[in-house]
Amino acid sequence: MPHDGHDHTEPPEDIALRVKALESLLIEKGLVDPDSLDEIIETYETKIGPQRGAKIVARAWSDPDFKTRLLENGTEAIVDMGYEGRQGEHMRVVENTATTHNLVVCTLCSCYPWPVLGLPPAWYKSAPYRSRAVIDPRGVLAEFGTSLSENVDVRVWDSTSELRYLVLPERPAGTENWSLEKLEKLVSRNSMIGVEQARRPDQVEPQ
Amino acid sequence: MNGAHDMGGMHGFGPINAEPEDTEPLFHADWERPVFALTLACGMLGKWNIDISRHARERQTPTNYLNNSYYETWLVGIQTLLVESGLVTASELASGKMSSTAGDIHAPDRAQTAKILAAGGPTNMDLDITPAYQVGDRVRVINTHPTGHTRIPRYARGRVGTIDHYNGVHVFADASALGRREGQPQYNVRFSADELWGGTARATDSVFIDLWQPYLEPA
Repeated sequence: MPHDGHDHTEPPEDIALRVKALESLLIEKGLVDPDSLDEIIETYETKIGPQRGAKIVARAWSDPDFKTRLLENGTEAIVDMGYEGRQGEHMRVVENTATTHNLVVCTLCSCYPWPVLGLPPAWYKSAPYRSRAVIDPRGVLAEFGTSLSENVDVRVWDSTSELRYLVLPERPAGTENWSLEKLEKLVSRNSMIGVEQARRPDQVEPQ
Repeated sequence: MNGAHDMGGMHGFGPINAEPEDTEPLFHADWERPVFALTLACGMLGKWNIDISRHARERQTPTNYLNNSYYETWLVGIQTLLVESGLVTASELASGKMSSTAGDIHAPDRAQTAKILAAGGPTNMDLDITPAYQVGDRVRVINTHPTGHTRIPRYARGRVGTIDHYNGVHVFADASALGRREGQPQYNVRFSADELWGGTARATDSVFIDLWQPYLEPA
């Protein structure tokens, strides 16, 4: 856990025992069903993840009508692709352009569009990201190796309500006539949070 | 409340040190997995909502909030709510031994759980409320310091922005954290970076924040 090696107040074995005890107690009291716990974990470990967001982005790059619908009513367009549920009930998609770069954060907790990106990475939930994204977005981007030209404005989206944000990254040059499947490989999770650009063709297909 | 959770604009936390996207595990310790699942499963019992749940995590002392890892904070949250809602007694929590029955509570089974996850909990409300502001209106965020749950980040209080989008009527988080399902118009408000941060921040960079009508006044 390199990002927060300093922030544990008790030894890992102690907390593991406490969690085990709590789980047993809640099962014994009939408050949770062990099969339901498995369902929850399997859903987010194996079914839902950023591959869904990548499909949305690749389609938006390839289908102008879909892109228009996606930007006008993100919730509807994403439900039409079959992606919905907890932490994605209300969706808004924001588009990166030659003059605008978007970055998503939740300064107050960890709001994140689960149905299209899965559970957030540790850094997204960390104090350094939550504190800095709004006051120093360009510094944050630089830390991810993302540099913007002088004429690009940064738009930071602080997820304070139940509306969840997905960044539509710019389509990389040199990808004309690419299939959806090939395009999806360019769409990193980080590019849909906005800390990076989409991958360049040479990053997925070494020349 | 002015808690440690309200981090926007704070200094001193250091670099982000993100793990590489393709190798970061979903959970960083085995105990995080059950904490995640128990939090969602207990939430499905209907004794509290997401705002009550957020507030339970925020109510830790600031020192504990900052010292705890993410899922330690989730663990604190469910323990707090289980005891406050009467589903578990403090002595049961301490001993791990059941000493009372939970009463007439039905835990969703696997199929019901899958349905609940897929359905989510939309917050839009079909109420006939005319929004007080239009896109383009200048608004000031009220200067308020409630001791309960609120979703106005401190860095935006007292600041002037422009209504960029009307989001419709949504469950108002501050009331929802008290168990009341109250609808209020909600707006996406654009603030220029130099309005929020002064100094050398660029006027053409912006922060967009979703804010309910009671948080705003005309500017």
